[in-house]
Amino acid sequence: MKLGIESYCRITNEKVIVNDKTIAITCEQSWLTDIYHSAKISYPKFFKMDNLAKSGFLGSELALQPLEFDKNTIKEDIAVVCCNRSSSLDDDTSYQKTIQNNDDYYPSPAVFVYTLANIVTGEISIRNKTMGESAFYVMEQFNPQKFCSFAESAFLDSNIQACICGWVEYYNENCDVLFTYITRNSKNNKELNIDTIHTLYNL
Amino acid sequence: MIYQVGHTIISPLGFSSEENYRAVKSGKTNIRLHENEFGLPEAFMGSIIENDLLDNEFSKINHSNFRYTKFEKMAILSIYNALQTTGIQANDHSVQFVLSTTKGNVHLLENLDGFESDRIHLWKSAQLIAEFFGNKNEVTIISNACISGAAAQITVLRLLQSENIQTVIVVGADMLSKFIVSGFQSFKALAPELCKPYDKNRVGLNLGEAAATIIYSKTNDTVPANSIELVCGAMANDANHISGPSRTGAGLYLAIKKAMQSIQPEQIAFVNAHGTATAYNDDMESLALTSAGLQNRPVNSLKAYFGHTLGAAGVLETIISSLAIIDNTALKTNNLQERGTVAPINSLMQNQTCTEDYFMKVLSGFGGSNAALLFRKTR
Repeated sequence: MKLGIESYCRITNEKVIVNDKTIAITCEQSWLTDIYHSAKISYPKFFKMDNLAKSGFLGSELALQPLEFDKNTIKEDIAVVCCNRSSSLDDDTSYQKTIQNNDDYYPSPAVFVYTLANIVTGEISIRNKTMGESAFYVMEQFNPQKFCSFAESAFLDSNIQACICGWVEYYNENCDVLFTYITRNSKNNKELNIDTIHTLYNL
Repeated sequence: MIYQVGHTIISPLGFSSEENYRAVKSGKTNIRLHENEFGLPEAFMGSIIENDLLDNEFSKINHSNFRYTKFEKMAILSIYNALQTTGIQANDHSVQFVLSTTKGNVHLLENLDGFESDRIHLWKSAQLIAEFFGNKNEVTIISNACISGAAAQITVLRLLQSENIQTVIVVGADMLSKFIVSGFQSFKALAPELCKPYDKNRVGLNLGEAAATIIYSKTNDTVPANSIELVCGAMANDANHISGPSRTGAGLYLAIKKAMQSIQPEQIAFVNAHGTATAYNDDMESLALTSAGLQNRPVNSLKAYFGHTLGAAGVLETIISSLAIIDNTALKTNNLQERGTVAPINSLMQNQTCTEDYFMKVLSGFGGSNAALLFRKTR
């Protein structure tokens, strides 16, 4: 099985890189909102998302943008796999504030729903109409070997032809994202392997 | 072949798989009204493990002074008990742990209770659990909402394709807390009484606590009769809504279709479905099962015995179903009085005898995720 990276996006608090090119971001509001506007994305649901889902949405969106990815037809053969360190702790902390004191108790379903880390895989699947498997894994820190093995594991389902695979971490205002679009029998010479993923993460 | 060599359920119905199975077969549940629990302003129906019972059992196996959370104790105890009759050395290089959980120690956000702040991370609990057994391999952690326990077993199938891994210990666990219960209350998803899966008058789910462990090994030899083989599994996303079930069941149908590639509906003894007893979930499942040609096969939900045990559900319900098929029994759906799903399905109202060798486990959950697993009883 030869898996290749067709496109990728790297986002940190300081920079956005898509396929080796740094993207200029006009700083006006919050970092994630600024990226959204700078990339000329139009998807109003973005504004309802928590920071983790926004980070994953932007990472996948920017990785797919150069490919003119078809977002309109249902695709049963594309998987969405994500992983991170802090699960949904960013939104968990927001939700906890709404229930901490019974004198000031206002649990909100709109906040609670994002306390599941894999909601980000759901958001990406909805946006791109992908019906292959979706999975979310947690690990102590970014590990290129694990990243590759999670991506490869999605391809063990022989129906799967491509995978939107990302590291998506957002906690304590620290945004750390690497999204890749990986295909089976790739014509691209950027092979999925530990070295490549290590290089892309450290850009 | 990948097959079960040991398992344990830790739940309010008992601390062994057999105890839990006997309780279920005789129609018992510990789901009851909890008032003033976790400092919640509103009462709820749920199934909670008594701390004293757990602490007492745990003290028999933990000989250090190290403090564990309830979540970790449940997980460790279930692994410990599952290992007992297997002869497997959990600290061996060829043994890999998989943890399935939705929220781990999230209750520590309210009050750290003397624990270090990194203890709210899932990987921290996973490390401590593996360390308890002296295992040094990095634990694979799956947090895939309600399908976590099924996704974790699909991971088992994949890990065991690796030459270096002979045995995978998969543990599913979640504890209840103000955090989790208040969230489901805010969703208006909880039933004020014992839940009624697939019933015309179902109004919502009950939550439950449990930890469950299955130990899987691979072999090329023949295995003893009445072993349970994990044949295959598949996942699919609805690409429809982040919290609401699909209205068509398309994602679940896709997962079932993939899992059933090698067999016919008639070979399936029963489908142990998700059956949360929310209006939309149960209707969605009935549509997916019908699309897959399973509308006449016996179907059950175990939610009115244990509640929805979140990250434990896929593992726990697999164990109960495994013991049931060995016992030639398709279990009833507890508290189902009048069937009422949008597509009619054969949801069982009484335990009945079954003779087929296969059963299917399906789960669906937030994030639009769906999973189906196929199991076979060996002759």
